[in-house]
Amino acid sequence: METKQIQPVSGLTKRIIPCLDIKDGRTVKGIHFEQIRDAGDPVELGAFYAEQGADELVFLDITATVEKRKTLKELANRIAAHINIPFTVGGGVSSVEDASVLLHNGADKVSINTAAFKNPNLITQLANEFGSQFVVLAIDIKQESDGNWYVYLNGGRTATNTLCTTWAKQAYELGAGEILLTSMNHDGAKQGFALDITRTLSTQLPIPVIASGGGGTMQHFEAVFKDAQADAALAASIFHFKEIAIPDLKQYLHKHNISVRL
Amino acid sequence: MKVVIIEYNAGNIQSVQYALQRIGVNAILSNDHATIKSADKVIFPGVGEASSAMRSLQQNNLHLLIPTLQQPLLGICVGMQLLCSFSEENNTDCLGVFNLTVKKFNTQSNLKVPQVGWNSIYNLSSPLMHQVPENSYCYFVHSYYVPQNNFAIATTNYVEPYASAIHHNNFYGVQFHAEKSAAVGEQILKNFMAL
Repeated sequence: METKQIQPVSGLTKRIIPCLDIKDGRTVKGIHFEQIRDAGDPVELGAFYAEQGADELVFLDITATVEKRKTLKELANRIAAHINIPFTVGGGVSSVEDASVLLHNGADKVSINTAAFKNPNLITQLANEFGSQFVVLAIDIKQESDGNWYVYLNGGRTATNTLCTTWAKQAYELGAGEILLTSMNHDGAKQGFALDITRTLSTQLPIPVIASGGGGTMQHFEAVFKDAQADAALAASIFHFKEIAIPDLKQYLHKHNISVRL
Repeated sequence: MKVVIIEYNAGNIQSVQYALQRIGVNAILSNDHATIKSADKVIFPGVGEASSAMRSLQQNNLHLLIPTLQQPLLGICVGMQLLCSFSEENNTDCLGVFNLTVKKFNTQSNLKVPQVGWNSIYNLSSPLMHQVPENSYCYFVHSYYVPQNNFAIATTNYVEPYASAIHHNNFYGVQFHAEKSAAVGEQILKNFMAL
């Protein structure tokens, strides 16, 4: 019998995601933008990026005080009231209740990291309660001298002996909707993304992989989409310090035959 | 104008309320039949799994009410899918407003399922798409889809060309999240409010 070759069509675009670090309700490490009055205000900065063509936003709260939950809730509420693209909130989400508060204040997704590693059931609980699309699993990884990539916790301060691929696959099976993969070897170095491990995860998992850490030039983004087949790329300081403007990056990617939303 | 968002256990319906606030529309969430019937516009959102969403509707007899509504109704994402007659997602009988079957994306293709992200809509028609340029981008998150059909007012390519928006009489459905689709989504929501 003749089998018909399926030629799938797709207009789905690659996503560019600025990440805003938040402390006590203010953005960290943002510098002055002429276009906006207060780059320290996460909502103003987020709205500016949305206007520039960012496809999603990630707000990562690094506040360590007991007031954290309240400020995060207020922040989500203000973002939802002003920004018309999807946004993820992360940083210290450790229970269904934390996530529920964020959802009810307009967050489209939450990112979870250490809490999910310590209690993998949290992924399933969140997926069952709010849907997998709500659950972004953030994994911080480091390549050790044995060549393997290992999971790190607590913002990279705590090593584990769990392989990145093992944890990512388990998290997918538990119900994670996307993986946000940050290479500690590459983060901040601006020498490019971790292409090999990104490609491994992106080709092995049926869920989207967001590459993070190392994007310094437009060529780096081209490589992470073309070579590593990432579904999205996240960066912080290169956008905040105006080293790369999002419209320029998208035009560049478009010219290099990468499908982006223009 | 009275705008009601149908309230049932179907994930993130607050997002829709926020999106309407951003275009200056104060919508109320309700599962009360009289409140829904008296609305000028009804929004039927949905995120999550079809059979549990149907069960949630059945708890308040909303599955009987929705097909009888006379005012413009907009189903979003799973809301659009539930307006069809059947979904392959856990073989669920749905509301039957559109005589259509919701299918699962072919996972044998090299594309990821669910589709997550921005994709374009084309072959646009109906007042819902007024002033929306061809090939505008919208934000999608879904594993199930409505195949091409005569009710389509927008088409999108993922695995195959499929109906990303549908219209019949006073019933409208969009597969994408209009509430999260930047200026394009706002235009579509404004168009719906102007129907």
